[in-house]
Amino acid sequence: MTAEISILHVGKTYTTPQGGVVALDDISLVVPPGEFLCIVGPSGCGKSTLLRMLAGISSHTSGEINCRAVDERQRPLTAMVFQEYGLFPWRTVLDNVMFGLEMRNVARRERIVIAQDYLAKVGLAQFARAYPHQLSGGMKQRVAIARALANDPAILLMDEPFAALDAQTRYLMQEELLRIWEADRKTVLYITHSLEEAVMLGDRVAVMTARPGRIKQIYPIDLPRPRTQALRTSVAFNQLVATIWEDLVEEVNAAQLQEWTAIAEQKGRTGWLNSQQRKTRVKVSTD
Amino acid sequence: MVKQPTTKNQSEGFYRLISFLSPILFLFSWETLVRVGLLDYRFFPAPTMLVEIFVEMIGSGELWSHVSISLMRVLAGFALGALPAISLGLLMGWFRAVYAFFDPLIAAIYPVPKIALLPLFLIMFGLGETTKIVTIAVAVFFIVLITTVNGVRLVDPILTDVARSYGAHGWRLFARVIFPATLPAIFTSLRLGMGIALLVIVGAEFVAANSGVGYLIWTSWATLTVKKMYVGLVLIALLGVLSTQGLERLRKLTMPWAQDFHTPR
Repeated sequence: MTAEISILHVGKTYTTPQGGVVALDDISLVVPPGEFLCIVGPSGCGKSTLLRMLAGISSHTSGEINCRAVDERQRPLTAMVFQEYGLFPWRTVLDNVMFGLEMRNVARRERIVIAQDYLAKVGLAQFARAYPHQLSGGMKQRVAIARALANDPAILLMDEPFAALDAQTRYLMQEELLRIWEADRKTVLYITHSLEEAVMLGDRVAVMTARPGRIKQIYPIDLPRPRTQALRTSVAFNQLVATIWEDLVEEVNAAQLQEWTAIAEQKGRTGWLNSQQRKTRVKVSTD
Repeated sequence: MVKQPTTKNQSEGFYRLISFLSPILFLFSWETLVRVGLLDYRFFPAPTMLVEIFVEMIGSGELWSHVSISLMRVLAGFALGALPAISLGLLMGWFRAVYAFFDPLIAAIYPVPKIALLPLFLIMFGLGETTKIVTIAVAVFFIVLITTVNGVRLVDPILTDVARSYGAHGWRLFARVIFPATLPAIFTSLRLGMGIALLVIVGAEFVAANSGVGYLIWTSWATLTVKKMYVGLVLIALLGVLSTQGLERLRKLTMPWAQDFHTPR
């Protein structure tokens, strides 16, 4: 019914005019079937790159990635949901949801039935004939999620899917995602920069280091399911967030220092940076 | 939220009304200035005087004969230039090798104002219709080509990422994603191309024709029948407006999904 992901010593090096840049360095990670794994890490640590590799739209330069479907059914291994929605503006909502099925040559009549079913699951059945530009951000992302689910992948890859939404919509979408996921428990790899979101959703939370990205630590989240937003006020939830944050903040600071150094080097003002660095402690919020 | 059609229509009507005011005000001031003698009617005949000659030229069939021949030249040249330009533009945008092959040639020819090539085409094709049509076609070709190439290259990478993540590649990726995503740019290029086509036809008819709206303007000046010259100017303006609106209609028909340029979200 679902799949296992194993990532072994995977690395990626970009070549730039200035030489090689190591984006990912020796990542190893095993995601058991049906797990909801959240990955957090500072900006630019390569977490999106990792997901793009699994989706087959980016390649790794070393190591091994194995995704294995546990069942015998003919179906695609992965489907990805992007932060920018990525809806095709010239297709109606229904046609967007059917895209993956179309690429797999599923018969039109069957495509429509499946797509309508998943649109109903995300609560947008009556918007089947609308065009993406007529929808709000939250609705667009629901369509994108329906499109991914309609393709019936073994693994769902989500790259900061709710990051562009306002806070209230984000909370609703998190609950809905959990509700849909709990129905068939696909393996999910979920990238977010919000630690609270990661703890809210995940079975485990993996913290990545600043570039070159590695897995620093994996925290099991043993909070009971089904989860709702009420969980946010619980002591256990907040303790988990606080514990993981201590780990994460070092990496966020390191990433920020890398960024500042790069900018300062461009301006040839490293001395200026050092004095700034001594004066300022980097402040970052948790959400 | 789905847009509320009622509020959209109300404000659109209001802005349409405002858009009518400026031309009316302009024509009214022109008329007044001529009537009170501040403008010389021999050089700036009042709009009402032009209506008279306009009606006369419609009656004699002179007007239609000029308009129809210019229209034929513009449409033939436009089609002959735009269709190959769209095809080559899509290829150049999609295949890096095709781009690398053609780009130097295009970069060299593009900056040449195409009307400057008219004498060359006169040598090649003589004084007939071919010369005018080819000049327009060449001018339209380059602007449509360059805008289309850019359109393909500027397709939002997220759309190709999504398509590829669902297994689209090759011809399917091109036909289902790249081509529809480039359509807005293609329509922009056609609009620009139409503007250029009108520019070129007037220029070509000034010097190398004995019919057409450009010819009408030029000979009216040469023979000092100023009123007819104004009729020619109005006609070319009308051709511009009509062709733009025709393209806009085609755009809405082809892309019912596209937002109007001027409607705020």
